[in-house]
Amino acid sequence: MAPGLTFTPMDRPPATPDDVARALSDHGYIPDEGLATAIFLAVTLRRPLLLEGEAGVGKTEVAKVLSRWTGGRLIRLQCYEGIDASQAVYDWDYSRQLLHLRAAEASGESRGLGTEALEQQLYDERFLLKRALLEAVSHHDAVPPVLLIDEVDRADDEFEAFLLEVLSEFQVTVPELGRFSVDPQHRPLVVLTSNRTRDVHDALKRRCLYHWVEHPTFEREVGIVRLRVPQVLEPLARQVAAATERLRDLHLYKPPGVAETIDWAQALSALGVSQLDERTVAATLGTVLKYREDQERTRQYGIADLVKQALERGTAS
Amino acid sequence: MTTDAPAERIAVAFARVLRGAGLQVPLGNVLTFVEALGTLDLERRDAVYWAGRTTLVRRPEDHPLYDRAFAVFWERLGATDDADDEQEPLKITLTTDDDEGGDSGEAEASDNPQITLRFSAVETLRNKDFAEYSDDELHQAQAFMHRLRVAGPPRRSFRRRAHRRGRHPDLRRTVRAALRSGGEPIDRRWQEPGERMRRLVLLLDVSGSMEPYARAMLRFVQAAVSGRQRVEAFAIGTRLTRITRELGSRDPDKALALAGQRVHDWSGGTRLGECLREFNDQWGVRGMARGAIVVVLSDGWDRGDPAVLGEQMQRLHRIAHDVVWVNPLKVTPGYAPLARGMAAALPHIDHFVEGHSLEAMERLAATIAGDV
Repeated sequence: MAPGLTFTPMDRPPATPDDVARALSDHGYIPDEGLATAIFLAVTLRRPLLLEGEAGVGKTEVAKVLSRWTGGRLIRLQCYEGIDASQAVYDWDYSRQLLHLRAAEASGESRGLGTEALEQQLYDERFLLKRALLEAVSHHDAVPPVLLIDEVDRADDEFEAFLLEVLSEFQVTVPELGRFSVDPQHRPLVVLTSNRTRDVHDALKRRCLYHWVEHPTFEREVGIVRLRVPQVLEPLARQVAAATERLRDLHLYKPPGVAETIDWAQALSALGVSQLDERTVAATLGTVLKYREDQERTRQYGIADLVKQALERGTAS
Repeated sequence: MTTDAPAERIAVAFARVLRGAGLQVPLGNVLTFVEALGTLDLERRDAVYWAGRTTLVRRPEDHPLYDRAFAVFWERLGATDDADDEQEPLKITLTTDDDEGGDSGEAEASDNPQITLRFSAVETLRNKDFAEYSDDELHQAQAFMHRLRVAGPPRRSFRRRAHRRGRHPDLRRTVRAALRSGGEPIDRRWQEPGERMRRLVLLLDVSGSMEPYARAMLRFVQAAVSGRQRVEAFAIGTRLTRITRELGSRDPDKALALAGQRVHDWSGGTRLGECLREFNDQWGVRGMARGAIVVVLSDGWDRGDPAVLGEQMQRLHRIAHDVVWVNPLKVTPGYAPLARGMAAALPHIDHFVEGHSLEAMERLAATIAGDV
């Protein structure tokens, strides 16, 4: 990879989706045309990007590669059921506040001060614990950070409503301190991901650019394996991609994602394998299929057949 | 695709085509689309295609519609061939509002002699089999079902809430209290784990054999969905259709009509096992059914392989909190779960209940609430 090809969107913004595709593959991610266009628009229009798709198709990875590309720091917010403001936006460091109160009491300082003055001391920025969202809208970085809001479908509706507010204005108010905001040029790049366990609210979707991430095509997956596991040679990469592609058609509970393909290739390379065979596939199936039933189904289908098809498809080009 | 019209006009016209095809396209998104077109090479079909899909479409289900509309609008392909493929949506026949029936405003007005009459009518309806209902009775039953509170038992939530004698110290409120006593934390505050509602998932069999009951049960499902949050509803028949959004409307008639348009396999065949598999794959195991109360409303007649149904019920049972099967045939004298599907599913069910009458539905609501 020639260093001249890499650029950050800050000093040289991408002019076309192709620029984005090139830059991302320089940083270890091969997007298809739809995703490249979506990312291009997110960067150019400075809009949040909502990525939905099966688990393991590389949604979270998009935020990571954006961070590597732009040089902006990655701020990650993992959502879960019951997440609230104190975990997503900010919290006060109560233990330190209490200590501070005790110290003021002990030194006799608090007697001279009124309650109000004491309270002012307590609700100072140094006792503020910034969580991901506040961090993202109050940053002073030269390069805007990348804010990853991961698995937003796991959070509750109320949290989504709050998120909507933050993503429209890019500001957060802390009652005791006032408003934190970031000027439009320094807004973070925002990537939201969802596994679609439930529908994300329409209002939030409207704020975002939307892209449904598919499993990669065969050729793209070969490219991804080659890029991520460079020690694996082309023929094995093709066989692994072919075998995974076949597995995805077997109606498994959890069809393998790109992450599993990469894991598999890594495992095979660690074992010093240069070509798929029945024995190695049987021994390493656990890196690709994480359900007993799925492994069973694959064995019923026939590992010998799987290997045979993978070898055929892997050598044909 | 060369054209002299400015991007705004093209975008607005395209949005109208999409709306005509049944997509919801808010104006804000059209503006974003215009903005996006401004940054792209308009001569490239793919660039325009992806810009539109990224800005105007928000659900993968809408992709085929979008593709068709895109083809029609941007490539001016023959629209007629595509239109033929489109299935004519089946409609549920709904009872039309006759003058004195079903008007909730009227029913709620007090001192109206009609109410007692109406109520006693519901009383006699309570034990009547849904299959023998007239359209009018169905309408009255609907009002009754809306009064049922369909909600699962609460579960412990991640969040804690303030409590007088809790187990965990509440530092936030202790600090607040300490301020009032000059910085001395004399008054300690406590908190307890909070509670949240469990998700409720309703799977309604709409196949031909269920036809006499599905009409009434759909009303039960609608009452549950519109009543509170965290309820999901699906129709199962030859395929799985999510009807949560459609049933969410406050107006039951509108909701039922919308659901009727959405479900294409109304009174068709049954592929329970396949549909359950689709539910598990697409929604359930991914998170929707995890820790939830899952209610299957079906007579258990399955034209598919009973082994598939058994396997899928087992999967569902493993992740759900409670699996309830409502079978309207259970009340039939001498009923034994002989339908092969039903027999395969039985080992993976927590509660097997009746569902043929209003009274049965009332008991179902109690079962869901964990009172049984």
